[in-house]
Amino acid sequence: MAVYRDEGVVLRTQKLGEADRIITLLTRGRGRIRAVARGVRKTTSRIGARLEPFSHVDIQLYKGRSLDNVTQVETIEALGGQMSDDYPRWTAGNVMVETAERLTPEEREPAVQQYALLVSGLRSLAHREHEPTLILDAFLLRSLAIAGWSPSFGDCARCGADGPHRAFHIGAGGMVCPECRPPGSATPSPMTVALLGALLSGDWNTAEETEARERREASGLVAAFVQWHLERDLRSLPLVQRA
Amino acid sequence: MYDGAVQDLIDELGRLPGVGPKSAQRIAFHILSADPADVEALATALRTVKEKVHFCAICGNIAESDTCRVCADPRRDTAIICVVEEPKDVIAIEKTREFRGRYHVLGGSINPIEGVGPDDLRIRELMQRLSDSTIAEVILATDPNLEGEATATYLARTIAPLGIAVSRLASGLPVGGDLEYADEVTLGRAFQGRRRLD
Ligand SMILES: [Zn+2]
Ligand SMILES: [Zn+2]
Repeated sequence: MAVYRDEGVVLRTQKLGEADRIITLLTRGRGRIRAVARGVRKTTSRIGARLEPFSHVDIQLYKGRSLDNVTQVETIEALGGQMSDDYPRWTAGNVMVETAERLTPEEREPAVQQYALLVSGLRSLAHREHEPTLILDAFLLRSLAIAGWSPSFGDCARCGADGPHRAFHIGAGGMVCPECRPPGSATPSPMTVALLGALLSGDWNTAEETEARERREASGLVAAFVQWHLERDLRSLPLVQRA
Repeated sequence: MYDGAVQDLIDELGRLPGVGPKSAQRIAFHILSADPADVEALATALRTVKEKVHFCAICGNIAESDTCRVCADPRRDTAIICVVEEPKDVIAIEKTREFRGRYHVLGGSINPIEGVGPDDLRIRELMQRLSDSTIAEVILATDPNLEGEATATYLARTIAPLGIAVSRLASGLPVGGDLEYADEVTLGRAFQGRRRLD
């Protein structure tokens, strides 16, 4: 069939020619795809606004030679519009979509878990369920875990010795016991380590009990962890504004 | 791939916004077969625009002297500033004849994924202008897309402590259309921007 339908989230859009856009989407069924949306920059286009970044859409495409063409779009939820009036949330959402694109390097390779995580992360941001940087850090830790880089915040990341431990080392993969501890390890506060573990496992009660100081320290460690695993830095991460 | 000069031209054209490799090739061959006088006129226009046209020292709009036509006009209201993304937005608003104040051109919108943050736009210059007590109102006229909205949000919260009135252009339904055909985002914003009918 030349025409197919899928559900997806718009990761980014780029201008093409006079009135068109190239839309990058993370879809439920086909992973990351890029498609051309014709005429969407004209003010008379109804699908233009539906294909803005963060939009959760039901989309119909027509197979093209290099890029597919968007033929129909129905909004499932206009998540971007709910975030653009809150700058800290919007900057956090930008990091999520950039990360989702970077962690799905192959086009058309199904990435069901990354997709589900992105949808729930953006919805949580848009619906203001928690502080934006908490949602972002939880998303980053889980997204890296899905990619195969699950950090350890309990037992020693090297030998598995029972935690809790005091030292944290990014290259070693998380918390390390006194024997395994490489030089240059950090010693974050025990509450920060508890927060990181809670964010990875989705224990929001524990996460919500933390103070700004621990949240800031956790964000720093998460950022370092992300940059360690991604070849190039995330461009949007330094632009995140804390609420 | 073509020989030196032709390929250089294709490469240069291909770096222009909206010009893909195929279009670049088509334009290059058009130039090759065109009348030498026409090509000379194009080359002169390109050189002249870079030599003669600068950015206005006050607002960042394009200008043929230190300040642009709007900023140099003594009849313009200096108490109101309309913030836009690009010089072409100034032209669009001037055509409406609705606005009699001055402009501030940001040079784009905040776009974190492309690495464009507040420091990459002319926001510091805007804040400098606003520290002048004669300015009473700022109208945010960034594009009605997500980056434009977020940039307006950022500016509103940055300007708020100064106590200057800030408004955002209403982004409503396209004139001449039926309500049922409006997309959800536009309809949602039209609701947010509704005004009382007296
Ligand atoms: Zn160990
Ligand atoms: Zn000017």
